[in-house]
Amino acid sequence: MNRNKRAKIADNIATIFLYIIAILVIVLLTSITVYLVYRGIKSYIPKYMSFSPDGLGIQLFNTLYMVLLSIIISAPLGICAGIYMAEYAKPSKLTDIVRMSIETLASLPSIVVGIFGFLVFVMLTHSTWNMFAGVLTLSILCVPLLTRVTEDGLNEIDQSMKEGSYALGATKWQTIVHVLLPAILPRLVTGIILAAGRGFGEAAALIYTAGLTSDVSFSNWNPSSITSPLNIFRTSDTLAVRIWYLKGFAINPDKYQIADMAAAMLIILVFIFNIGARITGRVIERKMIGSSAIKSKKKSKIN
Amino acid sequence: MSCKLLVENLNLYYSDIQALKDINMGIDEKKITALIGPSGCGKSTFLKTINRMNDLIPGVRITGKMTLDGEDIYSSSNDVTLLRKRVGMVFQKPNPFPVSIYDNIAYGPRRHGLKNKGRLDEIVEKSLKDSAMWDEVKDKLKKSALSLSGGQQQRLCIARALAVEPEVILLDEPTSALDPISTFKIEDLMQTLKETYTVIIVTHNMQQATRVADKTAFFLLGDLIEYDETEVIFTNPQNPKTLEYVSGHFG
Ligand SMILES: Nc1ncnc2c1ncn2[C@@H]1O[C@H](COP(=O)(O)OP(=O)(O)OP(=O)(O)O)[C@@H](O)[C@H]1O
Ligand SMILES: [Mg+2]
Repeated sequence: MNRNKRAKIADNIATIFLYIIAILVIVLLTSITVYLVYRGIKSYIPKYMSFSPDGLGIQLFNTLYMVLLSIIISAPLGICAGIYMAEYAKPSKLTDIVRMSIETLASLPSIVVGIFGFLVFVMLTHSTWNMFAGVLTLSILCVPLLTRVTEDGLNEIDQSMKEGSYALGATKWQTIVHVLLPAILPRLVTGIILAAGRGFGEAAALIYTAGLTSDVSFSNWNPSSITSPLNIFRTSDTLAVRIWYLKGFAINPDKYQIADMAAAMLIILVFIFNIGARITGRVIERKMIGSSAIKSKKKSKIN
Repeated sequence: MSCKLLVENLNLYYSDIQALKDINMGIDEKKITALIGPSGCGKSTFLKTINRMNDLIPGVRITGKMTLDGEDIYSSSNDVTLLRKRVGMVFQKPNPFPVSIYDNIAYGPRRHGLKNKGRLDEIVEKSLKDSAMWDEVKDKLKKSALSLSGGQQQRLCIARALAVEPEVILLDEPTSALDPISTFKIEDLMQTLKETYTVIIVTHNMQQATRVADKTAFFLLGDLIEYDETEVIFTNPQNPKTLEYVSGHFG
């Protein structure tokens, strides 16, 4: 009886403790967001909220464009590497070393990756700062993360599902494509959100690779022209890089206001992206495994 | 009596542990054969040699001969995916894919190259009818297979195996996770299946073996102790160990 009571009290304390922490996290997140958005609104100067040469529209575009390109490059690479690690690599010393390298790569400080990108994608190619060098550098940051997510996801899949597929005469590749990848798709979506989030916020890896300025005209959409927003060999600064630059070196008298606006834009962008990606993920999942399964998955979390 | 499957001097080793010892048996076409024996005696292992699922386990070594319609299952010229198309398997635990009911059944035919939507529709309907669940699910083919009950999932897995039109169906304790009603449905189903297919079933349930099986094989520690008509095994076995086991005095 006594023990029972004690266990109950411990259970209650743990529950309350976890609630408090959860509330703290939520409060922290909302206050940061609200504060940044509030400052952005307070500092609002209309002429910077545009796609003119002074406006932040350029950086907004650059951010989205570069993150999109880096995901297009890193997602196939990362997912294939994860498939290789989970399904093809035989357990050996070499595999362990590869896995450790991927983990190390995933935790490298981005300034280091930035310098690597500068040396390889800028110096070695005899070019100057350009968007593509920045995109490749971002990809280096994203690939290990996506590899990890894919490998972990595949390793956690119930072995019996694989057996079921093989027993129907499916090949290994068919099993991977038609059973395993669909089963981890929600995780891949989460992984891509995380990778993109890293890209949105990245400054250190880009300052030596994609550059600190942009000189584009939004009336020129010919990708081969150097002043076209679509051109990938022009210099290209993102919102995060712009904030870093404005706070540090700019001599513009409005620089702090612009930085506040950029910060607010960035955080709103990240929010919209996360929500959008999550909804997309859910729609895909629902299409694939059916809505009732998602519901029952939720229900099965008893107390 | 024609033998669909002939096993000669079959030995199987997991690395250095021998799990099957010198098995000889012939399995009749369009009959139900039950495999019984205490846990760990090698029933699942034997079943998995028939569709070469053991190929997936590293360190497995097999000697002896196993022929399906006279063709050596383990000859290098035999394509494993084609073999598994001819020899379907249903596992102990239902393992539907996390896709719709329709896509689960269409999975096998699609992997073997069928794209025609009309033909797939036909196969899905026929397989579900053959596994006696068409009426239960015909209105929710697009629903997730995971939304079905355990018993329905298992019958779906049977339908999924039937969809590739196999010749032999291997069932590894297909009802051990199911309630009596679902079990009854599956036993009933087996009786219709044997009109078309050769069925081999592993079971721990003696009544089930007597109810469904034409022949029964008793395994013990990797040996095939006795193999005969089910009636003989359960009423008049030749080996005292078999008698001990089927009468429940094993230990
Ligand atoms: N993957 C494996 N690696 C090594 N040994 C194995 C493996 N699978 C099975 N064995 C061994 O082979 C023997 C036979 O196992 P098997 O699974 O065929 O038994 P079973 O008759 O199906 O038992 P149960 O009734 O519990 O399912 C056991 O001793 C088991 O430990
Ligand atoms: Mg078994």
